[in-house]
Amino acid sequence: MKVVVCRCEDVLESDLLSAISGGNEDIESLKRYTGFGTGVCQGKSCLVHVASILERTARKHPEDLAPFTPRPPVAPIPMRLLAAEDEDTVLHLCAKAPEGPPR
Amino acid sequence: MSLRMAVPPGSREALPEEADVLIIGGGIMGLATAYHAALLGQRNIVVIDKSYLCSGASGRNGGGVRMQWSSADAVDLMRASVEQCKSFAAEMGVNVWFRQGGYLFLVKNEALIPTLEKNVHTQNECGAPTKLISPSEAAELVPGLSVEGVHVASYNPEDGVLFPWPFIWGYAHRALELGVRIFTFVDVERFTLANRRISHVHTSRGTMRVGHVINATGAWSPKVSALAGLRLPNQPYRHEILTTEPLKPFLNPMVTILGEGIYFSQSMRGEIVGGMGDPAELPGENSSSSLDFIRRFARTATSLLPQLGNVQIVRQWAGLYDVSPDGRPILGEAEAVPNMTLLAGFTGHGFMMAPIIGKLAAERLVLGTKVSYFDKNGPDRFLDGIPENTESMIIG
Repeated sequence: MKVVVCRCEDVLESDLLSAISGGNEDIESLKRYTGFGTGVCQGKSCLVHVASILERTARKHPEDLAPFTPRPPVAPIPMRLLAAEDEDTVLHLCAKAPEGPPR
Repeated sequence: MSLRMAVPPGSREALPEEADVLIIGGGIMGLATAYHAALLGQRNIVVIDKSYLCSGASGRNGGGVRMQWSSADAVDLMRASVEQCKSFAAEMGVNVWFRQGGYLFLVKNEALIPTLEKNVHTQNECGAPTKLISPSEAAELVPGLSVEGVHVASYNPEDGVLFPWPFIWGYAHRALELGVRIFTFVDVERFTLANRRISHVHTSRGTMRVGHVINATGAWSPKVSALAGLRLPNQPYRHEILTTEPLKPFLNPMVTILGEGIYFSQSMRGEIVGGMGDPAELPGENSSSSLDFIRRFARTATSLLPQLGNVQIVRQWAGLYDVSPDGRPILGEAEAVPNMTLLAGFTGHGFMMAPIIGKLAAERLVLGTKVSYFDKNGPDRFLDGIPENTESMIIG
């Protein structure tokens, strides 16, 4: 059975277990080794599962597990809002959704 | 992404008492050197890093690999480095998401037109297939590109991008298989010197007797050099970078404006990865993220490629360039400390150069091969003052 832990980047529980068994017992290393937490959710849906897998398999205490460094922005922001010169432009832009590249 | 390899590093063993070759810095430069040296038969190689692997610039860069440079020796080296990248996945058994979509250099500043023309000529003489192209040809390469104000451009279809992290794991994994020992979370505290040579390295996890030391610590290399009494003029500078949500492939080349510091490309994972230097940045180890950067980037990038306006930025971070005052790396040994090899001062281009520099450094170390690029860029060149910066193809 395949258990998907990071749905943005398709990281399986078995990928994480293999990385942990090789000595990657901290969350930053696991992120770099497996790529978990680097997708659209930025770890919001997977980080807690990874922490619990580490707790279970590497016998880590939850208080010893630091999450990876949180990076801005808190939520994804379209570039047109960041490129806007002032607040009125941002509000105006939020009211309409222009065409972007294919998703 | 997932990597399926047997034994990642992160070893918790005690440090050995002795290393024939101690490589300080587990970034791409140190690990590539370790791998190639082990491949050539060097025994008892130890690599130490002060944090987790990929924690420094090797895990923070934009993954660009290019042969468009202004000096012939850099073009030659980077052609060889691109060749290494092409065979890396097969040799190392790891997907590094390497894609040769080319680099597009745009020139908006009229004063830089002759610079680009001269550089393309140099690149062609070295055998790189760079072409000088018109703004309309540039627009054909990147549908939607606004070429307003662009005078001329250059394009080399063999330049490319890769995902840096698995590159590190590829070298680390193969080096481990060849008997290299890698230790993370080890701080170097001081050196003991005897007859100008480093005899012992004292770390947070014990003392090692060493035969040869390689300083591959990137932005921290001036500090490590100073532990051996060597004062070098390279300095750390923050550079910020960001990535977007993944998109279907639509952007083939890395796009950059010569002299304006902006660059962006689409990775094989689909994200737009881009950065932009800040001329006002002061030297230092600050690696925080700023709102100013993503706003400047968004303004410049969307004016160049308006369809990016609706693309969402999901993450921004920063890393440190190891900036050399003449824009050239600092390689080899100073007379003052003959058993410490510097692989430093790459000024933001260490990752792309590491595949070839690591190989050459290993050949010098193990076989005693003479490497002219090292001889020309030795640390003692600063003894008589700072040479002029002649490299005009520096981004960021």
